[in-house]
Amino acid sequence: QTVTVAVLDHLERLALVDFRDAEGVQRLQEAIQFADQLHEVNTDGVEPMDSVLEDRCLYLREDDVTEGNCTKELLKNAKEKVEEYFVAPPGNIPLPKLEERETFLQGS
Amino acid sequence: AVLRGGMCPQVSAALKEGRVTPTELCQRCLSLIRSTKFLNAYITIAEETALKQAEESEKRYRRGQPLGVLDGIPIAVKDNFNTAGIETTCASNMLKGYISPYNATVVQKLLDQGAVLLGKTNLDEFAMGSGSTDGVFGPVRNPWSYSRQYKKKSVPKSHSEDEESNWVITGGSSGGSAAAVSSFTCFAALGSDTGGSTRNPAAHCGVVGLKPTYGLISRHGLIPLVNSMDVPGILTRCVDDAAVVLGSLAGHDPKDSTTIQDNFKPFELPNLTDVSKLSIGIPKEYHAPGLSSEILALWSKAADLFKNAGAKVTEVSLPHTRYSIVCYHVLCTAEVASNMARFDGLEYGHRSDMNKSTESMYAATRREGFNDVVRGRILSGNYFLLKQNYENYFVKAQKVRRLIANDFLKVFGSGVDILLTPTTLSDAVPYMEFIKEDNRTRSTQDDILTQAANMAGLPAVNVPAALSERGLPVGLQFIGRSFQEKQLLTVAKWFEKQVKFPMIQLEEVKRHDHDVFQHQQSASFS
Repeated sequence: QTVTVAVLDHLERLALVDFRDAEGVQRLQEAIQFADQLHEVNTDGVEPMDSVLEDRCLYLREDDVTEGNCTKELLKNAKEKVEEYFVAPPGNIPLPKLEERETFLQGS
Repeated sequence: AVLRGGMCPQVSAALKEGRVTPTELCQRCLSLIRSTKFLNAYITIAEETALKQAEESEKRYRRGQPLGVLDGIPIAVKDNFNTAGIETTCASNMLKGYISPYNATVVQKLLDQGAVLLGKTNLDEFAMGSGSTDGVFGPVRNPWSYSRQYKKKSVPKSHSEDEESNWVITGGSSGGSAAAVSSFTCFAALGSDTGGSTRNPAAHCGVVGLKPTYGLISRHGLIPLVNSMDVPGILTRCVDDAAVVLGSLAGHDPKDSTTIQDNFKPFELPNLTDVSKLSIGIPKEYHAPGLSSEILALWSKAADLFKNAGAKVTEVSLPHTRYSIVCYHVLCTAEVASNMARFDGLEYGHRSDMNKSTESMYAATRREGFNDVVRGRILSGNYFLLKQNYENYFVKAQKVRRLIANDFLKVFGSGVDILLTPTTLSDAVPYMEFIKEDNRTRSTQDDILTQAANMAGLPAVNVPAALSERGLPVGLQFIGRSFQEKQLLTVAKWFEKQVKFPMIQLEEVKRHDHDVFQHQQSASFS
């Protein structure tokens, strides 16, 4: 089955990354086909494995501040800033719908 | 001559005895980096800071108080490790110009031991790839392309074809680091290994490539690809050196809660003479489709070598090996989708000029900053993580992962100490041939022999074994039990001693070196 345009659009929004061209979409199709081989394996009764270190306890340190005070250093790497704030464009504006935004998927 | 040796014991002794100073060593390496620029192994060369570090080291040696074996030793670091004050790009437009405010723990540890950081090495963009060809700074060239061994075996197909188009890849994604070590510009380099990214280029460049057990070495400061599989990798010219570097890096890091809390004691490798108590396993599934007959023969010879020396050599089975790559494909893309979400232009890295909304700025930034490979993996990963796909793909892959890990447990539980396998399917291919297939196809093919060790978190090491028919390095891989690096490297060292892998005869390099070290040992093994 091919992936529907609705799902492709959904993925572009979730990932905030574009398919760019037919090759990009084809790449996804092939990736899915490839991944389908997993279904050949019988995993009845098998627990999913999150980490190879599952038999150990993760290290948790004390909730003490041991470093910090590096605001200036960290802000150095940001392109847009005002005083001690990172500046972002207005939020709460959803990405334009498929028909209205510049994407390869338009007209698919 | 000192440049071609390993740290142990040649260079360390030379430094201690004052026959060479850290500054001389540093300058020679920097000069060599300049004359081998065509390899494109380095992205950033930290000349000023390196010379300063060398100066400090020299002062310590003069006082008779070196910090340790690594004091004054020139090293290189893959460009996906954060290095304070030095650009860290991950070979991506997304991080061009990004100056890290901190050192990755492993970098800090090396610096604390007095190592001299020469620069950052080239890689596939964000460590995604198996050729070191897909970064924004261009591909890395395998130094062996310019070796006498390769040149005398290569027959130009036409008069117009020169060595320019004949050069072979380093493998990847830590190709820059492997090339740097292989061409003598440093004594050790850091790589990373998620699916074989340290062992693969090590095999193609004829150097030792160690992937430590997951949880042994801190990942703090290593820009993550797959959190549950990434490990820092170590590339050196001999097994003893790898053990030294491992000794300085391993151990719990409070800044990385996935490092185990067991006390780690650095070790020196014994000179194993009696292998009769050793049990070597030969996993039959590693006779993968596409394995060159040359490497198959080499693998078989290696098994015989152990057998003839008295070790127990048995064929074993890791039945789920062939699903490792598919499993990796799903888990990797899923984790990548999550890890790459941090690149939005707001706090660091590239930021698009688009400013209509946060969402559109993020989208434009990522559109401009990531290459096809990265974008492809993010999109695939998001697909597998969709609500309707989560169980069928992501969780399914996690289950298969357990089956793969269990395969190894079973084999090691049956008395096998070490597994012996090939590292790659063939020797390094020419760049022109490599780029005919896309990144994902290549990674799928090339990671097949190395990936499962990452899946199970086991330590594994590539040891250069012999030269191929084309005059290029071929390596073999040893896989050990969790946290049994000492045993793994002891066996690797024994093997290294038996095969006497030849030194690369780099034509360009020879011209600059006045006291050419004529220690050519032909591979008695091939």
